[in-house]
Amino acid sequence: MAHAHSSDTAQHDDHHDQPATGIKRWLFATNHKDIGTMYLVFSLIMFFIGGAMAMIIRAELFKPGLQLVDPVFFNQMTTNHALIMIFGAVMPAFVGLANWMIPMQIGAPDMALPRMNNFSFWILPFAFTLLLSTLLVPGGMAAGGWTLYPPLSLQTGDSFPMLIFAIHMMGASSIMGAINVIVTIMNMRAPGMNLLKMPLFAWSWLITAYLLIAVMPVLAGAVTMLLTDHFFKTSFFNAAGGGDPVMFEHIFWFFGHPEVYIMVLPAFGIISEILPTFSRKPLFGATSMIYAIASIAFLSFIVWGHHMFADGMPVAAQLFYMMATMLIAVPTGVKVFNWTATMWRGSLSFEPPMLFAIAFLFLFSIGGFSGLMLAIVPADFQYNQTYFVVAHFHYVLVPGAIFGIMAGVYYWLPKWTGHMYNMTLAKWHFWLSAIFVNVLFFPQHFLGLAGMPRRIPDYAVQFTDWNMVSSIGGFAFGLAQILFPMIIVQCIRGGKKASSLVWEGTHPTGLEWTLPSPPPYHSFTTAPEVP
Amino acid sequence: MSVTRGDHDSTSRPSAIAWPKALCLAALGAGPLAEANTSDGYNLPPGVTSLSKAIYTLHMEVFWVCVAIAVVVFGVMIYALVKFRHSQGAVPDTTLVHSTKVEIIWTIIPVVILVAMAIPAAKVILFMEDTRNSELSIRVTGYQWKWQYQYMNAGEGVDFFSTLARDSNFARQLKSGIDPKTVPNYLLEVDKPMVIPSGTKVRLLLTSQDVIHAWWVPDFGAKRSAIPGFVNELWFKVDPGKEGIYRGQCAALCGRDHGFMPIVVDVRTPDDFKKWVEEQKAAVKQAAAPGAQPSNAAPPATAQVLPTAAK
Repeated sequence: MAHAHSSDTAQHDDHHDQPATGIKRWLFATNHKDIGTMYLVFSLIMFFIGGAMAMIIRAELFKPGLQLVDPVFFNQMTTNHALIMIFGAVMPAFVGLANWMIPMQIGAPDMALPRMNNFSFWILPFAFTLLLSTLLVPGGMAAGGWTLYPPLSLQTGDSFPMLIFAIHMMGASSIMGAINVIVTIMNMRAPGMNLLKMPLFAWSWLITAYLLIAVMPVLAGAVTMLLTDHFFKTSFFNAAGGGDPVMFEHIFWFFGHPEVYIMVLPAFGIISEILPTFSRKPLFGATSMIYAIASIAFLSFIVWGHHMFADGMPVAAQLFYMMATMLIAVPTGVKVFNWTATMWRGSLSFEPPMLFAIAFLFLFSIGGFSGLMLAIVPADFQYNQTYFVVAHFHYVLVPGAIFGIMAGVYYWLPKWTGHMYNMTLAKWHFWLSAIFVNVLFFPQHFLGLAGMPRRIPDYAVQFTDWNMVSSIGGFAFGLAQILFPMIIVQCIRGGKKASSLVWEGTHPTGLEWTLPSPPPYHSFTTAPEVP
Repeated sequence: MSVTRGDHDSTSRPSAIAWPKALCLAALGAGPLAEANTSDGYNLPPGVTSLSKAIYTLHMEVFWVCVAIAVVVFGVMIYALVKFRHSQGAVPDTTLVHSTKVEIIWTIIPVVILVAMAIPAAKVILFMEDTRNSELSIRVTGYQWKWQYQYMNAGEGVDFFSTLARDSNFARQLKSGIDPKTVPNYLLEVDKPMVIPSGTKVRLLLTSQDVIHAWWVPDFGAKRSAIPGFVNELWFKVDPGKEGIYRGQCAALCGRDHGFMPIVVDVRTPDDFKKWVEEQKAAVKQAAAPGAQPSNAAPPATAQVLPTAAK
């Protein structure tokens, strides 16, 4: 790799200055922008496939009784909706943004490990083709929930080994992406770009990358043990053979909780870039923002037990996990307060990225409040495994992670393409998304509190009204998303020329704004001056 | 099956008639018993046990704290959004980038609020986990997709399965054409409910024969996973005077029919409970008598018949 690194980033290598033509440009891509684009396009495709599954789920739940799909297919949809949205949509989108933005933000020509970069992307289409092809095998897709709890997950049919292999590939891809980010940031910063001067997006990704390297192997281990339990008669999780099904939950959530922050920390970084730009004022408490991200990352390793309160746990463990979980509210609060203080006495304008960032601020906070409620152990016994939990994690993932991604795309898209996009259409996209995401998920709080369990295809009649409201919100939210690729395609094809600053009249910070729009193929061929 | 059938609870009840159970219970002199669930449709039920009420209180406290924080934080945000608009000629104060004092304050205040929340929560945890001195223990076993209740102590020998009621099971089939609204307690009715006495500390010992299930009755504030190879404990004590029917559902994804293994608890006065236990025991004796079918250990016939019958 060291050899590949030095030859690819050497600037006198003339044939690397221009993109290759045709399919070769993409298949053999080593350029961070090309790979970033492929990640983002891939993620968008997965967002619509996962979204289509969500539409099936909401259509079946529109009214009580089973009208469209049988319970097994319903469970396949909930399971794969989660797997695709997490591993196919949110995580690759952030890797795509990292690929595009980190070299430009730190003043580097490219990512440090371009061939590994190519490999880590091209694994993904194969992983997800494999995962989606399980729809066609006997027994259908995995239906045991994305959490893969045994013994239920061991009842999966022929798709089981395909699912496990797909997860292994996704994990390998994520680990390689993370290694690339760390190596790039540690070695390729422009002279003078010390770590504390580094933009918040790069910072949030640096910390996320360490989380990924720490926990993706844990997931790989967990699913490998499932595999050997299934095919080689081991009993890691089989109680009858002396194993322990709860041990799987511990291992899974040791991966699973940091995973939650893997999906949201880069969004924190994006929001920390956007709010100062459109408030025309530097980020408030930039250093404490970095410490807050690092504290959240550390705490994310010691709170996994809060997913398992109802599985039986000693009192001391309940108290520990409750308090550790509540503690996360402190650095998260610091972040929200700092963002608010960034807007305070600023001069705010409301371009699409700013609108998404503001919606993030409000709606992610709502997800934070329900998270705080869920941390209270006795109350968690009532909320756990209900729609209250569904509402909670969708509030942090949809208006949290996904609005963060959309804000980032709307922020940097003119930089990438050199064209401004259709602002009116983008504002329509924002308002429809922001309104209907609440119609979709807010009533699910009520459903959960009133006693509707999650992951059920059919429900008692008293849950009808809120389910209908939620489904209508879901359909409208889903339809509104069609605007997103339309706006992007239109912007790639043409539009008003974007200046190198893009957002004229604001003060975006970061080296990416010193480059022309679109930036040259190798972002910084000579290291820039860092102010 | 004959063992498990109570006099008032016929498994062959026609789906159109909603009344038999309530009428029979009323006839037993147990008071107005029909539906006792306490949720209002958008909030947690306060419930009928000291634990469920403690949880409800905690839930409302934390909720109002969150609302108060939200009002302040969102209020400041909205003020900023209205007041500091570029279009209104707001001039940015680019010197406002850091304040150690403010940052320390908004770190300490949340810590204080969290400690204030954690203390009452910890008290409820200790209360919840105290399973000592229970007066009645019931072993609850989860199966795909039904519950088995095996009574100990005063109920020793009572042992039966509890499965989704027939009319719900017909209506819930894909494209059954039956409007769930016409089915009494759609998906929340069983062939034979668990019966417990009020005012008695009941302890459940939960386990599973196949995959992980979770036993949950919201009105009792009681939820715990039933895990193969483990025995989990939970307890509740229904307030005297709160006799009636309480409903819940399996709360852990357990495969195809996860949504179709409800839990129904019939809470009776201790005297009525005693009578019920006697009846159950008499039925067991009758079944064990020569000539009768031995059916104690086998799952109820309905569990196997229903899915095919519904096709």
